[in-house]
Amino acid sequence: MDITVNILLTIATAATPLLIAAIGELVVERSGVLNLGVEGMMIMGAVGGFGASYLTGSPWIGLLAAIAMGAVFSLLFAVMTLSLATNQVATGLSLTLLGLGLSGMMGTSFVGQPGERLPNLDIPGLTSIPVIGRLLFGQDPIFYISIALTAAVMWFLFKTRTGLTLRSIGDSHTSAHALGIKVIRYRYLAVIFGGACAGLAGGHLSLVYTPQWVENMSAGRGWIALALVVFASWRPWRVLAGAYIFGAVWIGQLHAQAFGIPVPSQFLSSLPYLATVVVLVLISRNKRLTMMNTPASLGQPFVPDR
Amino acid sequence: MMRLELVKRPQRSALFSALSPFIAFALTIIAGAVLFALLGVNPLTAFRIYFIEPISQVWQLHELAIKAAPLILIAVGLSVCYKANIWNIGAEGQFILGGIVGSIIPVLFPQFEGPLVLPLMLLLGMVGGAAYAAIPALLKTRFGTNEILTSLMLVYVAQLFLDWLVRGPWRDPQGHGFPQTIQFNDSAVLPELMPDAGRANWGFVFALVAAVLVWILMSRMLKGFEVRVLGSSPRAGRFAGFGLNRMVFFAFLLSGALAGLAGISEVSGAIGQLQPVISPGYGFTAIIVAFLGRLNPLGIVAAGLVLALTYLGGEAVQSALGISDKVARVFQGMLLFFVLGCDTLIHYRIRLVGLALTKPEAAAKLEAAPKLKEAR
Repeated sequence: MDITVNILLTIATAATPLLIAAIGELVVERSGVLNLGVEGMMIMGAVGGFGASYLTGSPWIGLLAAIAMGAVFSLLFAVMTLSLATNQVATGLSLTLLGLGLSGMMGTSFVGQPGERLPNLDIPGLTSIPVIGRLLFGQDPIFYISIALTAAVMWFLFKTRTGLTLRSIGDSHTSAHALGIKVIRYRYLAVIFGGACAGLAGGHLSLVYTPQWVENMSAGRGWIALALVVFASWRPWRVLAGAYIFGAVWIGQLHAQAFGIPVPSQFLSSLPYLATVVVLVLISRNKRLTMMNTPASLGQPFVPDR
Repeated sequence: MMRLELVKRPQRSALFSALSPFIAFALTIIAGAVLFALLGVNPLTAFRIYFIEPISQVWQLHELAIKAAPLILIAVGLSVCYKANIWNIGAEGQFILGGIVGSIIPVLFPQFEGPLVLPLMLLLGMVGGAAYAAIPALLKTRFGTNEILTSLMLVYVAQLFLDWLVRGPWRDPQGHGFPQTIQFNDSAVLPELMPDAGRANWGFVFALVAAVLVWILMSRMLKGFEVRVLGSSPRAGRFAGFGLNRMVFFAFLLSGALAGLAGISEVSGAIGQLQPVISPGYGFTAIIVAFLGRLNPLGIVAAGLVLALTYLGGEAVQSALGISDKVARVFQGMLLFFVLGCDTLIHYRIRLVGLALTKPEAAAKLEAAPKLKEAR
């Protein structure tokens, strides 16, 4: 029983950064913007979070720094694609390339330094309940943020007027603009929200998952988060499900390696990436589902004419 | 509150089309100066070490050519993809597969020697890269799967596959346990161009030839027209009878083959064996090269040399000033940002609005108003 709980806990830890980054990107894409810079914003969040925690001694300040780092870094993308109407695919790619370089440079002095882990929740009486106690009341704080965030985004997108407006912008920025909606302003806010989420996801990596700084520690998770959004056909609860499936794959291959299964470790390590490809193929075969939910103006630059 | 406003130009500006890479480079230099100053280094000293010293001697120019060759080869292929609005960002993986498949002969049949070995290796490298690129192309055409994500995921798979090969079945039994294959024999090594002057090998010639051939293809042949039409308006392309699916395959196979050729040239020329890591991110840097070169093969040659210099400069400041060589990545990222930003100027004028008018400006406006009325 204890082993099962432990495995479930590690799956949750592996799924959390994917979930947070993907939920952020979902909001961005619902507004009609494709930001391929998730990987870059995530790694910037990771280095910012670790750096602030290392310098101040407080992982909580690290957490805030990770969020701020992701948000500020995404602003660069926002100015380029929204104010200067640059190609979103190319700009997102350059955000990732810049983030990987910049984080490597900023983190040079952090390599090999011990980090401090965000403490797990511990509520006397509740956390010690057998089995469900640790699952429900004994996880890291970012886990709870991720669940709350998913619920909040679900409510915001489908139950509020602002959410409806945001989705309408994603479906047709020209119509939304004609109705007097400030398309660019909404998109700025969406992109910055996405950046803050990616930064938080990176902070989870360097403050909870493996509390230290390792170069390229995001290891493609930002890209997997992007795939998750497609896999979820832009629905928050499906992102949640997808993130946990991928968390399970990620943990599964690690456990398989630890048990010494007679398959080369490199093949097991490549499973999450192969699974992403397979899942993308399966979901894109269902044309009706994807066509129905894809924000219609996704990735198209918008220049308001006055 | 100040706001940027874009005003569409009646037609694309030829001036800015030519100037934008240079403006971008200048802006990168300025941002770089700020970066070096923040790191506590005199920017002028840093720039001398970064941009001038690495190319001040002949043998160093050879090193530049070694770094530029894979960048140009890959970027030339990618430019065709991006012109057709097809997003292959997995060139890094195709580069690795080219290196692996091209190495089959020298690793598994080292006794096979002679003048046939190299051409076969290069051919196999191209086949390997093209075959790997065919996967995202197939998935896109057959199932409509997003090629950006699939081609990128395959990069990680390729890296892990190479890692497994050189630590497992292909490891040199006499290599003292080092994760590497045997050293290629002489007939499997890409010859140097001028062995007396420096290390540059035939890879650089391949890059130049590829650039010229693709330039001819894109500017003088129907296929190039097809690429451009399908890229800017798939609907118009369909009416013209151009097949989008065929174009996806064409672009992926061409760029994959060139990336594969770059891979085997690097392994056979610059390295001489397979190692766990055979590329310092050439496949990704080539994306920057493609855009900096305006997706034009001849521009890409120049851009490839510039980006190769950022690699050399990164190594130089690391050894001379103790700055992380990651600074090269930062320069490359900034350069791409500025290029994309400057490209906006080709299609738009940028206007700052929302600023309060100064008194003379306001007076001038007032004065102009009645005149306008009269004119009507």
